[in-house]
This record gives sequence, structure tokens and C-alpha cells, in this order.
Amino acid sequence: MTGASGQVAIAGVGATPYYRRGESYPQTITELAGQAILAACEDAGISVTQIDGFAYYSGAGAGYGQSMDTAEFMETLGIPEVTFSASLTSGGGGSAGSIGLARAAILAGDATYVVTVMALQQARQRLGTVFAAVPPNPLNSFLQPSGLSGPGHLMSVLARRHMHLYGTRREAFAEIAISQRKNAANRPKALKRTPITLDDYFSARMIAEPLCLLDFCLETDGAVAVITTSLERARDLKQRPVPVVAAAHGGTREWGRAFAWMGMPDEMFASSGHAPVAKKLYQRAGVGPADIDVALLYDHFSAMVLMQLEDYGFCAKGEGGPFVESGAIRYEGGSIPLNTHGGQLSEAYIIGMTHVKEGVEQMRGTAINQVKDAELALVTGGPAALPVSGLILGRDS
Amino acid sequence: MSEKLAVALPGDQVHITTSPATEPFWLAARDSRLVAPRCGNCGHFRLPPTPFCPQCQSTEVDWVQLSGQATVYSFAVVHGFPGLPDITLVPVVVDLPDAPGARLVSNVIDVDPAEVYIGMPLEVTFSPIADGWQLPLFRAG
Repeated sequence: MTGASGQVAIAGVGATPYYRRGESYPQTITELAGQAILAACEDAGISVTQIDGFAYYSGAGAGYGQSMDTAEFMETLGIPEVTFSASLTSGGGGSAGSIGLARAAILAGDATYVVTVMALQQARQRLGTVFAAVPPNPLNSFLQPSGLSGPGHLMSVLARRHMHLYGTRREAFAEIAISQRKNAANRPKALKRTPITLDDYFSARMIAEPLCLLDFCLETDGAVAVITTSLERARDLKQRPVPVVAAAHGGTREWGRAFAWMGMPDEMFASSGHAPVAKKLYQRAGVGPADIDVALLYDHFSAMVLMQLEDYGFCAKGEGGPFVESGAIRYEGGSIPLNTHGGQLSEAYIIGMTHVKEGVEQMRGTAINQVKDAELALVTGGPAALPVSGLILGRDS
Repeated sequence: MSEKLAVALPGDQVHITTSPATEPFWLAARDSRLVAPRCGNCGHFRLPPTPFCPQCQSTEVDWVQLSGQATVYSFAVVHGFPGLPDITLVPVVVDLPDAPGARLVSNVIDVDPAEVYIGMPLEVTFSPIADGWQLPLFRAG
């Protein structure tokens, strides 16, 4: 990375402590998000009053049933003026792509310092069984009565199809859970640090077969914020800038509402829905999977990580099982270290934002589990209903 | 391996709502008939029912009565539901041979979950739910 013109970079990241589900109460969503925004500003070395843009995802929702609002942040944080306030649609699939939304605002000249924030608190409703709690509507009336009560229950059906088509084994899902837990072991903020074994995995409670408790991500509270600005400006700030090499969000109709629909053609059903986004992301970055040094893949459920490894070309379609079981994703000795922060399975689940934070730390060279000489980090959002998204972060020269 | 037969959620706890696009499906189900919307212009089946045909954008729909035969495309074995910790469900995604391209999400009931497999033939049955509606469910066919 040399010429800064026309490029943007992440200049700051900040987070609250991470809490077990509901334990951040009585703090409010605004407090949690505000803490993360202030921490990200402190990290970047700017004043919160310099923020003039907000680029959300998930429709500025904070989990299910709660939301964030730019005017409310301005009122309490004393932000004098915003010139950009927008969100990607749908849910967690937009996490990585929201940095692309921030980039669009900066490149258009609409804003200078854009914050992306996600806050989550599960005091009133846990996400794990959220679909049992939402009121019926004409579309979900074709889904909800089946008792697929949460996202993991829905995705277990995709995992089963993958096992059927390609012979994928539960041992592969186990390897993802085990290796990510190992990555969390030395992280002070991680909520699950005790190592797990294959025996632990096979003894774990089955929630929605073929998936067990250890295939499901944690249900946690907390907030993470990211400040994006032009690369030129970022170079004058406190931290080493982390250039945004490429960002993409979207997907094809064949994926669509995905596991809330279940109508995907066979070749797409047992997938993460990311393949079209992966193709665009690599094209825009001018790189391929072999160039990626660390993969921070959205891990709400272990099986969907395996399918992303296929869709992002780290292995061939259908080969995710043997690839993972070979040890390829391990921080120590793997060819593509995966979720070096422990991910949502072991560190904390803040709807994808911890992956962006880890990507920034890897590219600064300050990660706790630093991948030596890493120059490109891949960060993803989703599988979810479209849009799903991807982000490639680089190292500034 | 498992002993408990799979059931469906208790009918009085299952609520649906309808729209003009979906109501014919539920009205037929109330009469114990399984139907699917076929595009009146190009013949493409779609489920759930939506306002437009994704192939040709037509709003013309023929509601076709199906045989009730289905095959398991994929499934889960779900242990527990909020408020019903001991329930065993087999949520299923089915292919409908006489509505190619359309899939339905339902449950296989009265079956040992260990005996369910992808490709298993099923047959529809109807079960009462809240507000006088009926829900299509499936048994081994």
C-alpha cells in the first residue's frame, strides 16, 4: 500500500467488556454503544465530536427488538453535526459490509469520520430461540410452526444436507469448535477459555441434530465500534492505519432469504451463500484465497464456517470437512489461521463486529494471537438472509 | 437410538397470519387439502406464496391441488422448545413431486427420529392449530 489517494482505512476500534447473556443490564444499549464509540475514538486519537457519519448494518438494529439511533447518540455524546447516516438492510450478514458503507460515504465526500457500531443486550429476549418469540406474519407462518426456534435450528438443516451430499462428519464441526476455543484460551476478554476435547464435543447436548451445544455461538452482551476515515487522514492519527482493500455485500436470488426460506437450489442449499460476494471481493481486491493470511469468518454456527471456507475458495466445494479435519485452520501449524480471536463460538458474539476488530489488530500487528507477517485479513458477515458481506483489510506500508 | 416419537408443537400454541397472497393455502389446509401456487402465465411453482412470479413477474396464480406426497430434502432433530423442554421435533424441508421447485417446511410426526432419512417418502396429514386453522404435517408415506 503506497498511494493514499482514493483509499480509506480503519483508524480506530473500541469495545466494551463482553458479558454473558443479560449481564450487561442495567446498562442500556445506548450506554454500551456509546462506550464502544468513545473507546474507538480514544484508540484513533480523535474527539467524538469529530464523528460526522454513521454506517450501520442490520437496519441499525441492536440484536432483535432493540435499535440504535444516530440522533440519540448525537444528543448524549455531544456530536455536533452528521452528514451521513445510513444502514445496510437485513441482519448480521452486513457486519463486514458496513465498513464498505462507511467507505462509500468517505469516497463520496459525504463524511470524514464514520463510525460503525453494534451493541447487543439479551436481557429481555435471547437470540438463541428468537423465532419462537417473534409474532407470526404471513411469511414466517410457513416456518415458525415447525419449531425451528432459532437461527442454529434453521442452519442445522443446511448442515445435514452438506453431510448428506459430501460425507462431511461431525468431527469437522468439532475441529472448528476446538481450534477456536484454543485461540480464546489466552484472551482476557474471552468468555469461554477452557479448552475442549473431541470427547467434550461428542458428549455435548444435542440442540438441533446434527448440531450440538458446542456448534452454537455464545449468547452474549456488549458493543464494538469502528472508525473509518480516508487513508490520508488515518496516517496522521494515533494508530497505524488499516487500509480497506476491498468490501462487498449482497448475494444472489438463489440464496435470498436463505434458511428462512429453504427454497435454495441444491447447489446453493448446502452453502454459506457467500460465493457470489467472495468472487466480487477477490476481483475488487485483485487477490485470491491463497493471498489471505488470516480468515475471520462469521461463526454463529460451526458448520457455516466450514461452508464459508469452501465459498471463499480455501478448499473445493464439498471438501470443507477433510480440509478442516487436516488441521488447516489452526493458529499453530494451519495454512489459513481461522478466527484467531476465538470468534463468536468462544470469545463473544457481537453480531460479527469482533471479527472486524480482530482483523484490524492483525493488520496493525498487535493481535494477541498475531499471525506472523500477515498482510491481508479476510472478514465476513453472515451467512444470513441477504445481504451477506466480506471485507479484505491490508497492512499500511 | 432414540425412543421418543417425534411430535408437532401443541396446536393451541401455533399461530399463523395470512396475507392475500398466502390465504388460499391456509383456506385449503383448513379443508385438509394441500395446494401450491402455480404461475398462471409460465407455470412456475413457488412457496411460500408471494405476490409475483419470480420467473416472469406475473401476478396470475392457479392454486393446484397436490397429491400430498412428499420426500425429505433435509431435516433436523430438535430437542426442546421454549416452555416445552422435553419435546422432540423433526422439522423437515420437503420436496413436493407434483409442485417441482417448491419446498415446504413442516414436521415429520409419529416417527422415531432415528428412522428419518433424506429421500424418505412422506404423506401429508392435517392437524388443528389456533384460531380454527389447520397445519399440514407429514407422516412416513
